[in-house]
Amino acid sequence: MIKTYLPYLKGVLEMTHINWNGFNPGPWQDEINVRDFIQRNYTEFKGEGNFLASPTKRTLDLMKEVNRLLALEREKGGVLDIDTETVSSLTSYATGYIDKEKEIIVGLQTDSPLKRGVNPFGGIRMARQACNAYGYKLSDNVEKEFLYRTTHNDGVFRVYTEEMKRARKSHVITGLPDAYGRGRLIGDYRRVALYGVDRLIAEKEGDKAALEGKDFNIDTTRRCEELYRQILFLGLMKEMAKMYGFDISQPASNAREAIQWTYFAYLAAIKEQNGAAMSLGRVSTFFDIYIERDMKNGVLTEEQAQELMDDFVIKLRLARHLRTPEYNELFGGDPMWITEAVGGMGEDGRTLVSKNSFRMLNTLYTLGSAPEPNLTVLWSVNLPEGFKKFCAKVSVETDSVQYENDDLMRPRYGDDYAIACCVSAMKVGKQMQFFGARCNLAKLLLIAINGGYDTSSKMSIGPQMPVMDCEKLDYDALSERFDLYIQWMSKLYVNTMNAIHYMHDKYAYEKTQMALHDTDAERFMAFGVAGLSVVADSLSTVKYAHVRPVKDESGYVVGFETVGDFPKFGNDDDRVDLLAKELCHKVITELRKTPTYRNAIHTLSVLTITSNVMYGKNTGATPDGREAGHPFAPGANPMHNREENGALASLNSVAKLSYDDCRDGISNTFSITPEALGRTEGERIENLVSVLDGYFAKMAHHINVNVLNRETLLKAYENPESYPNLTIRVSGYAVNFHKLSKEQQREVISRTFHQAL
Amino acid sequence: MISGRIHSFQSLGALDGPGLRYTVFFQGCCLRCKCCHNPDTWDLDGGTVYTAQEVVNRAVRYREYFGAKGGITLSGGEPLLQAEFAREIFSLCKQEGINTCLDTSGCVLNGEVKELLRVTDRVLLDFKYASDELYREFVGCGKKAVLEFLAHLDSQCVPTVLRQVIIPGLNDGREGMEYLKELANANKCVEKIELLPFKKLCQTKYDSLGLRFPLADVEEPSADTMSFLNGILDE
Repeated sequence: MIKTYLPYLKGVLEMTHINWNGFNPGPWQDEINVRDFIQRNYTEFKGEGNFLASPTKRTLDLMKEVNRLLALEREKGGVLDIDTETVSSLTSYATGYIDKEKEIIVGLQTDSPLKRGVNPFGGIRMARQACNAYGYKLSDNVEKEFLYRTTHNDGVFRVYTEEMKRARKSHVITGLPDAYGRGRLIGDYRRVALYGVDRLIAEKEGDKAALEGKDFNIDTTRRCEELYRQILFLGLMKEMAKMYGFDISQPASNAREAIQWTYFAYLAAIKEQNGAAMSLGRVSTFFDIYIERDMKNGVLTEEQAQELMDDFVIKLRLARHLRTPEYNELFGGDPMWITEAVGGMGEDGRTLVSKNSFRMLNTLYTLGSAPEPNLTVLWSVNLPEGFKKFCAKVSVETDSVQYENDDLMRPRYGDDYAIACCVSAMKVGKQMQFFGARCNLAKLLLIAINGGYDTSSKMSIGPQMPVMDCEKLDYDALSERFDLYIQWMSKLYVNTMNAIHYMHDKYAYEKTQMALHDTDAERFMAFGVAGLSVVADSLSTVKYAHVRPVKDESGYVVGFETVGDFPKFGNDDDRVDLLAKELCHKVITELRKTPTYRNAIHTLSVLTITSNVMYGKNTGATPDGREAGHPFAPGANPMHNREENGALASLNSVAKLSYDDCRDGISNTFSITPEALGRTEGERIENLVSVLDGYFAKMAHHINVNVLNRETLLKAYENPESYPNLTIRVSGYAVNFHKLSKEQQREVISRTFHQAL
Repeated sequence: MISGRIHSFQSLGALDGPGLRYTVFFQGCCLRCKCCHNPDTWDLDGGTVYTAQEVVNRAVRYREYFGAKGGITLSGGEPLLQAEFAREIFSLCKQEGINTCLDTSGCVLNGEVKELLRVTDRVLLDFKYASDELYREFVGCGKKAVLEFLAHLDSQCVPTVLRQVIIPGLNDGREGMEYLKELANANKCVEKIELLPFKKLCQTKYDSLGLRFPLADVEEPSADTMSFLNGILDE
């Protein structure tokens, strides 16, 4: 394909390159098209994991040092060191190493491992507070620099309306990315390895040149400036790599370079942005192509291939952002969500599982289990049996894998999509997301009952009307009123998000990551709901039992007396499961009525990570019998201890939620004791495969799997030092158990364990 | 439509036959095994009444999880006491292509039971003790009935797993294991022997029913004991 702007590409854009020798040619040479390159060049692997190599002495030695540093970080209360003098960017720090002699993939966020940089572009106050919380002080230099600079946070608060502020303050809409980077963008970091930076710059120059003669309205002008900034940062990326002694202007010539180039691109992104989720994408099978070529050329052994992956993963495990303790309380642990999607099927029916998919999962053995990178298996009924069993084995032994339904997503996103954060699917480099936290539906229900008053924050909010005054709550009356408040909330929510993302684009635009997207990338705007099972059960109580509201002296409803039984979400009972499903449908339908910034596509998630504890804390007693302040169930999980028919019934309930209503993902966490999954390891692996095959055949979207004992968790709760590496999966990602607050740990323990008697 | 009494459903049965199984606990049992961990299923008039079709409608919802090996398992309680109901459930399951498994004490063998066994793909036969005395004291029936049941399974070639709950002091010796091996050799229908460690998790059930758990003072068998006994079986 010859492009009209070829003059700008002259001398740079030759449609072939010596470093591509041995690859099958195709359209990927003429245009930026990593998918096409993968499809024409990868080798599917249908065998088992017995080819895998053990870690080398080099890797083990390096890990020893890494573990020492991690222990030190833990000892110092979670933050090893902060560089308070420098504003984080691509070239603002000197080079850093763990042990220069031993590393084969290089590059750190700052000049020293686990030392955190400050990134005040999202908001200076957050950066200042985070420094203070760990006994540091943001330097006067940085303070002064940002005295005259508008941050994303400044911008948002200039335009927030009174109602938006009240919604935020009362926590009915909560976790909004208005004081930190929004994240949830996945740069196609592979492009740097495949094409080299010069080619990427040339393409962007071409896109910019194509604006010649266009009407310079807001859209064109913004696009033009964004391209300018993308090109600038691609240049900085080259400079950053040069500091480490690498020239990444040209395509990678071997596996080591492919991994190094890709890592540099990712590193540039996390030096520039402190987004809530900085996901990696889908790199394993891409790397496999280079590994296979090197092996064919006799320059790489299996052991060396594993070593490259190990070193790459070590770097990912050291990635950190500086957060406030409050932020960690909300998100649980200290997450980066470096999500890597592994496996899946191709549109042509071949599996995308390669040997390197196994190597990526194998890092959980070679380096020990850990929450990052957030390894996400794209599950299909048609995955090779050997890979299915290997994944199940890794799950049973490490609890560090989450699963998402490739058969559900592939028809909607093709076969080169990845997962941002926990469950947000997007085509790599072709789609991005405006992240938007979530609405607390349980609180909204209580506000509706109280006619526009939130008893937790003691604030009036939303349409004002009389408190529902009755001896028995009437289902139809409650539904009608709840609908009104959903309408009110939805409009406010979309408009709040529009304000936030306008300002994020203006003051904290992701130059590096957007440079690794198509210029015409599609945008999603991702809304979310929390407390789905609480509300479904509450509506079910009102519908099927006798619920009498209890008022306080001011006349507001603060409790409920329930007589009679009612169907509970999580028992595969359509009477209540469909209430949950309809509620999701209602919310997304209402959200779609308000236009979004940059015509983003409205999506919805049912995902709460560990913040279900915080949301519960800020929410009064609900009709389902949940007491004031008690945690919600995480994500789309049924409420704890309400299941009567076992674990699969609970999975079936969640599977009924429609993915087309909840295109930003439906998260479910499944914990089971090993004994309940089978008598022998072989049985457990086989049965777990059956659970996954069955759940996803039901067109469910996502599941976290924890195979562990309640006793282990109790011991870890009491003696955290004895279990430094205990990883568990919470809603959508894995976390070190000890990084959760005590409150979150208790909640995880009390959460239903599926245990057979 | 035939109906019967059900105690409860367990949608994830990973321990009640091959693969993942939808396990249906029948209500009602005439035996009073001292190691019983489901005393809440004894009462013949308890539970909830379901038709066979209703039970199968529930099971069908889990078909996707069954894979090549899984299916439905009827347990209890004692399913043989509602053999006609059980047969109807299994017949309907057969029509749906669902694998059927029966978890039983094998203490009843009548015409209805024989009909049930014609639509049973596999039997988990709880063979409790090697001696008739122990059977009479700790189960409440003679061993002969169970042997007859096993002989019938063998004559009909119904694949059978012999299961035994290992209770320290009662059946944790070598003789018991040798006896199980003899039974397995004598009956070609036996495809394997499974030893289950005695558990005391049921104490709370006895407490809430106001019953005394007869084996409250017996220790659960150690992992060593279990592997020692399994070792004898493998000899």
